[in-house]
Amino acid sequence: MNLRRSKLKDSAREVALFQRRAIVGFLIIVVFLGVLAARFVHLQVVRHDEFATRADQNRIKLRPIPPARGLIFDRNGTLLADNTAAFRLEVVPEQVKDVDALLENLRDVVPVTDDDVKRFKEQRKGRRGFNSLPLRFRLSEDEVAKFAVNRWRFHGVEVVPYLTRTYPRGAEFGHVVGYVSRIDEADLRDLDVTRYAGTTHIGKTGIERYYEKQLHGEPGYERVEVNADGRVLRVLDSTPPTPGRNLYLSIDVRLQEAAEAVFDGKPGAAVAIDPRNGEVLAMVSVPSFDPNLFVNGISHFDYRSLIGSPLRPLLHRALVGTYKPGSTMKPFMGIAGLEQGVRRLDDTVLSTGEFHIPGQARGYRDHRRGGHGRVGLVESLAQSVNTYFYSLALDMGIDRMSGYLAKFGFGARTGIDLGGEGVGVLPSKDWKRAMFDKPWYPGETVIAGIGQGYWVVTPVQLANATAILAARGEHHPIHLLRATQSGFNAPIEPAVVAAAEPSFIVNMAHWERVRDGLVAVVAGPTGTAARAFAGTPYTAAGKTGTAQNFSRTGNEVDTRGLSDAQRHQALFVAFAPVEQPQIALALVMEVAASGSRDAAPLARQILDSWLAPPPGTTASAAAPGMQAPPAPAATVPAEPAR
Amino acid sequence: MIDLNLDRLAAAARSQLRRPRLDLPLLLALVLVAMIGLVTLYSAGDKDASIVLNQGARFLMGGIALIVMSRIPPSTLRNWTPWFYAVGVVLLVLVELVGEGRGSNRWLDLKFVRFQPSELLKLATPMMVAWYLHARTLPPDWRDLFMVTVIIGIPAGLIAEQPDLGTSLLVAASGAFALFLSGLSWWRIASLLGTVAAAAPVAWHFLHEYQRNRVRMFMDPESDPLGNGWHIIQSEIAVGAGGVFGKGWHQGSQSRLEFLPEHTTDFVFSVFSEEFGLIGVLLLISLYVFIIGRSLWIAANAKDTYSRLLAGSIGMSFFVYVMVNGGMITGLLPVVGVPLPLVSYGGTSAVSLLTGFGVLMSIHAHRKLVR
Repeated sequence: MNLRRSKLKDSAREVALFQRRAIVGFLIIVVFLGVLAARFVHLQVVRHDEFATRADQNRIKLRPIPPARGLIFDRNGTLLADNTAAFRLEVVPEQVKDVDALLENLRDVVPVTDDDVKRFKEQRKGRRGFNSLPLRFRLSEDEVAKFAVNRWRFHGVEVVPYLTRTYPRGAEFGHVVGYVSRIDEADLRDLDVTRYAGTTHIGKTGIERYYEKQLHGEPGYERVEVNADGRVLRVLDSTPPTPGRNLYLSIDVRLQEAAEAVFDGKPGAAVAIDPRNGEVLAMVSVPSFDPNLFVNGISHFDYRSLIGSPLRPLLHRALVGTYKPGSTMKPFMGIAGLEQGVRRLDDTVLSTGEFHIPGQARGYRDHRRGGHGRVGLVESLAQSVNTYFYSLALDMGIDRMSGYLAKFGFGARTGIDLGGEGVGVLPSKDWKRAMFDKPWYPGETVIAGIGQGYWVVTPVQLANATAILAARGEHHPIHLLRATQSGFNAPIEPAVVAAAEPSFIVNMAHWERVRDGLVAVVAGPTGTAARAFAGTPYTAAGKTGTAQNFSRTGNEVDTRGLSDAQRHQALFVAFAPVEQPQIALALVMEVAASGSRDAAPLARQILDSWLAPPPGTTASAAAPGMQAPPAPAATVPAEPAR
Repeated sequence: MIDLNLDRLAAAARSQLRRPRLDLPLLLALVLVAMIGLVTLYSAGDKDASIVLNQGARFLMGGIALIVMSRIPPSTLRNWTPWFYAVGVVLLVLVELVGEGRGSNRWLDLKFVRFQPSELLKLATPMMVAWYLHARTLPPDWRDLFMVTVIIGIPAGLIAEQPDLGTSLLVAASGAFALFLSGLSWWRIASLLGTVAAAAPVAWHFLHEYQRNRVRMFMDPESDPLGNGWHIIQSEIAVGAGGVFGKGWHQGSQSRLEFLPEHTTDFVFSVFSEEFGLIGVLLLISLYVFIIGRSLWIAANAKDTYSRLLAGSIGMSFFVYVMVNGGMITGLLPVVGVPLPLVSYGGTSAVSLLTGFGVLMSIHAHRKLVR
């Protein structure tokens, strides 16, 4: 037959072998399927009566009871995220003959948007009919009443009470607390379906998302008896759900409120941290948005206006906003110079108004025309003398500089308990090569020394670095979660916090010299923030910063004449009281002329409200949550990780 | 010789003109099962026309695949087999790296279509085994046994890792059947089975927790009636309540009241059993037996070793679907996610099954003309 292979293979024998095997295989298959058929006979004939009875009695179903979501409080027990009773409209498709007609008629009574209908229809697909499906959330009292009157017209439609998430403080915590919203396709992909049985919403952003596991809780089940149509006759027994844990944040609403207020709606961000334990006391991003809009599906109009706004309210500036640090980098540079032996404590530099790299014509300017004269570190910080840091950077070199500054957390995520944190840029030779495939130039080192050039920081990074500086080099990992609670009567348990890292500063005299410089900024006669901080009842340490949005090479251009977007960004970092720092602050204004004129006064107001609240504003007086944390947080040690 | 070739050419030309290259009895049986499937789905899916339409569309796609495959000569398929197998394995590795799926990596998203590369291997694995054995002197010796084990083991292992035990089982079985049909001596089969049995406790360690639970629950379903054993008990009740004649179309309370899980996919057989009773079940099983028998008959008449082994393996694999699914819903076997062929809703299984039968049709069309 086939010549090609017959020389090697005995085809006839192979065919015979195959046929024998095929017959044996077929017989085995028949035997197996015979066993299967016998099993069917056993179930359907021998045990038919038994199973028929069980099927008849099989009217008991399991129904999930979704857990109540954990609440979110600030450190004093002020409610930030609440569950409130509301009503929703549910439809049992099986009991409705013509769903389209029903929806049409229903619109006369209760407003139902096209979005609602679309979502409802999507949920219906591939499901059996006896599950009721939500059509509209958060009915108003009027709507509930109106529906009650017309109820006879709508068989299979019911008003069902449920708990909905509300954010009583609205936009103030839009970014930090975030919001929950309806579970969507993407969530379903990596969701434990049994844990979310009966649950309609899930944390999407902020704390609500980061701590979704703790907030969610465990669903309960009830066994219900249903009739032949599947309608529930009675509840037999139930396993109650375990509500989610209540969360206590380290944020203090009073400070948050004050910090938000100082911006007066102008875009910017501020982050305040307790340097003794890494607790975030305030985290503000202006402008913000009302998280309540998102809970039950944001309307097209609202969403467009949020997305379309040039101020980008949905952007969490404190967490992902990217800014040039400008002169706020100088204290960190100062420490780096002293600790690495590039400068001695009393080294000085002559500021002539312009700094040159030896052998190069290009000049790098100081703020003051003609220069500041001969200055040491303290005076260089107080007056923000660029020349000191130009020459320091040049002597140190970019890689040593970035290597040391990395200890302050620059160029890395702070690890704060919020998702999607920005990384910023800590420039180095390797970074530039990886990024642009170009070598590093000495001029870039010079401007990096004053926080310009490739530098990018996020406000939370800057605050974190300031807190590390305030704590004399000790690093307490920053966090928002302070304590949790398994129920209202349960004790409040302190949150587990990553252990503090010991100080990396070898010689504290170096640190003290930098601190003296920062005190001189706010209290010295020449300090750039002296006017803003005049007359504080506490001593602060701070540093102004002004970062140019565009060219750094221009002459002393007064940008106030230009449009907002072309002006500078103003920054301020501070910690206070200087003897025993209780708060470290970083503040960024996106649209402002200078750090000393614009950012410093705002920072002062924020520090005032924490350390020296004006009489009469807050009853519980100074330093809430410090010496004696107020009520709900009382069982939490003030410094969990020392 | 020359006469024979001329005869063959003439015969091929005539048959080509007279009728398509399809085996009508096999085709008829397939169509019957598919129709039973659609009727059952309409009921199981709660009279949701969209499910029936979707499934119908898949059958259409599968039908097209069947016709296309039937036009490709087995010799061409054989030439392409190593490539087909290699691409399948590469895709499996890819899915391991970038795949998506609920709790398991099975899907590969190609932007325009999402599919499970493991479906490809259901056909590629027996093809590769047949390709390898085609060039060997049969029955296979130890070396062949080892090579075939490797050919089967790579995809089966990768799929089990996803984790998708059901498909892994199907892939391994389809390859093993080709080996069996090639005439592997009985005592080698025995030692192979012995090795597998000895390896079972080791495999237990590599199973995922949910897979272990399924085995445990199979051992004693009543121990956890509201948890893991729930599915099996409810399925048994549905089957048993069906009795000899069944409750009638769309009258099955077990599925209608949602006591049955996955009643359009893995447990559609339970719905069928409840509504059409033992008579329906026996009819359906008979159809399956006919399809398997017919496939083996086609295999026995195939032209060369490759075609024979491949056709036989496709037919016998079909049995695994029926047995594993039927065994699962009657509590004979543990819960393993294998669909009831041509009845269960969704997945790509309908398309890949019909593609396999397209290969069978092609082998049939190129059968030996000399008996």
